[in-house]
Amino acid sequence: MIDAVGSPQSLLLLGGTSEIGLAVAERYARARPSLRVTLAGRPSDRLDAAAARLRDLGATVTTLPFDARQPDTHTEVIEKAFADGDIDVTVLAFGVLGDQEEAWTNVDVARELAEINYVAAVTVGVPLAERLRKQGHGSLVALSSAAGERARRSNFVYGSTKAGFDAFYTGLTYALKEHGVTVTVVRPGFVRTKMTEGQKPAPLSQTADQVAEVIVDAVRTRREQVWAPAVFRGVMSILRHVPRPIFRKLPF
Amino acid sequence: MDPELRTLVGWGRTAPSTARVVVPRTVDEVIEALRSADERGVIARGLGRAYGDPAQNAGGLVIDVTGLDRIHSIDADAAVVDTDAGVSLDTLMRRLLPFGLWLPVLPGTRQVSVGGAIGADIHGKAHHVEGSFCEHVESMDLVTADGNVHTLTQDDELFWATAGGMGLTGVVVRAKLRLNRVETAYFKVDTDQIDNLADLMDRQSVDDEKYLESVSWFDSTVSGPHLGRGILTRANHATLDDLPKKLRKNPLKFDAPQLLTVPNVFPPGMLNKLTARMFCELWYRKSPTKHGAIQNITMFLHPLDIAGEWNRVYGPRGFLQYQYVIPFGHEDAVRRSVELMVETGHVSALNVLKRFGAGNRAPLSFPQPGWTLAVDLPVRRGLAELCARLDELVLSTGGRLYLAKESRATPEGIERMYPRIDEWRKVRAEVDPNGIFVSDMARRLRLT
Repeated sequence: MIDAVGSPQSLLLLGGTSEIGLAVAERYARARPSLRVTLAGRPSDRLDAAAARLRDLGATVTTLPFDARQPDTHTEVIEKAFADGDIDVTVLAFGVLGDQEEAWTNVDVARELAEINYVAAVTVGVPLAERLRKQGHGSLVALSSAAGERARRSNFVYGSTKAGFDAFYTGLTYALKEHGVTVTVVRPGFVRTKMTEGQKPAPLSQTADQVAEVIVDAVRTRREQVWAPAVFRGVMSILRHVPRPIFRKLPF
Repeated sequence: MDPELRTLVGWGRTAPSTARVVVPRTVDEVIEALRSADERGVIARGLGRAYGDPAQNAGGLVIDVTGLDRIHSIDADAAVVDTDAGVSLDTLMRRLLPFGLWLPVLPGTRQVSVGGAIGADIHGKAHHVEGSFCEHVESMDLVTADGNVHTLTQDDELFWATAGGMGLTGVVVRAKLRLNRVETAYFKVDTDQIDNLADLMDRQSVDDEKYLESVSWFDSTVSGPHLGRGILTRANHATLDDLPKKLRKNPLKFDAPQLLTVPNVFPPGMLNKLTARMFCELWYRKSPTKHGAIQNITMFLHPLDIAGEWNRVYGPRGFLQYQYVIPFGHEDAVRRSVELMVETGHVSALNVLKRFGAGNRAPLSFPQPGWTLAVDLPVRRGLAELCARLDELVLSTGGRLYLAKESRATPEGIERMYPRIDEWRKVRAEVDPNGIFVSDMARRLRLT
């Protein structure tokens, strides 16, 4: 159960090596050292290292093999994740950015982006929602992106997958509310992580830890939609309404 | 009796969860409801005044016992009432007073069901004289997991496992309560305004046995020499002779006004340092030292009941009540706990300090001889850390937290605070081997 001060006892991270996801897990583990964490991701040294780091903070950690591009296995992955008991907070943090110029010219690259960022989010999201509905409580954090709000020339394939992702989880927000589950859609702007390595940081760029702080706060106050940083809400609501001929000429 | 999907919270309005809720009207319907429980189990719920999550059961079944609302008999000669478990203490008081009968144990609110009072083994300001609620229960009817109804007396182990057992042994459906006799519904109150915590605690320790009811409120917003300045109020039931003429005409009148219901409009952060400081200043000033005043039920016992739904003042983020008991001899730890709150700036307006008398046989009953302090803390950043530090302080003295107020401790902490919990688990496992009784609190604290 998430207690009165917002500390969960169990956490499932889908995308077990996500820097933002791990920063969230670390925050919770520091607040409650007996936290039970499941890191779902492709088996790798990085996944093991992440588990070791959380164990050092006192958390009980298990790793769970999870491949976003094998949608047929997703229901089973979710079943396994819930085998040890209720999950208080689930962070859905897997995703790829890819080379955006290749993404709209190479069908394989485009398909990979679509399969990981959108299809897997749905094939994992459906059985996950079902488990959360049955347990009658819990918080689901879905890491969307400001890029899904209005597609830009520079990353519109990525943006299109996040737009679909965002619409699906925003819908789950409504569907799960009456079942005691809070779905929080998080829309970060540019986050300096390995995903964006080598790219020029956009204005208002954030660190993974800053986004994690926003997420922990949002879970505590049961918010259904947050931007990171918060000022992005205003920025995007302006950008959303900029006429297309002008928008396409903006320098990003 | 179709279940309805409902999201439930405790009085602190934190940690909501959703369950199927049924409202049985008879014991047979309770048994029928139990049979419909699935692997997510079942818990009984009364009036929802526990601060945290003991009367919630996420994804499972919740039996709302307020449908069991009959008072079966009042035996004025024997001073015993036979009542359904869903009846509130408020209703009981209204019905009992005309007979000159009084519930020996009344908590800070009358909006508590008899079943809830047993499940939490509640206490009141008279604990040092009267003990806790279950000590005045002559017998209770408990529906256990197998659907059988047991009439338990104080000779039964299961009686004491149910007392303070947070509903995890079964559903209490009916109880016989022993009552006190009173001449009037009023109190003769001695109030002392005292300007620091040490003096307050000294004064509260002197002559305690001369008063039936004893409690102090203190200000948690001032530091320095006036840290813990407060108001000590102690009282006995007023006799007919004590009353002024105009009250003598109807001395057993249920005189407990409620002036307003707090609207649900408060934003988060409404109770902050500034408003708490103002409240504390006012509360301190309004109660100058005065002995022998006659006060009615609301004024003396339940000042908060004057405003219905007062928890709304805390806004949508909710609050928690932290209540501990620290054994006598550790007065320095009590002082330290107050200092910690003042230092960290987690202000509380409603701070209640009292002295407990002896505890009882129930393994999970909260009271034990010592100082008990209750503070209401709005949920905000840093509260988890403050509470964790307070927990350590309480543990270091051999004290404990009150499960009816608890909403954020660790299973390990609670395990150490209740050293007889395994004794309780054994009785519970015998009567509920498949563990069908479960609550959010039981899951969170791994009680069962």
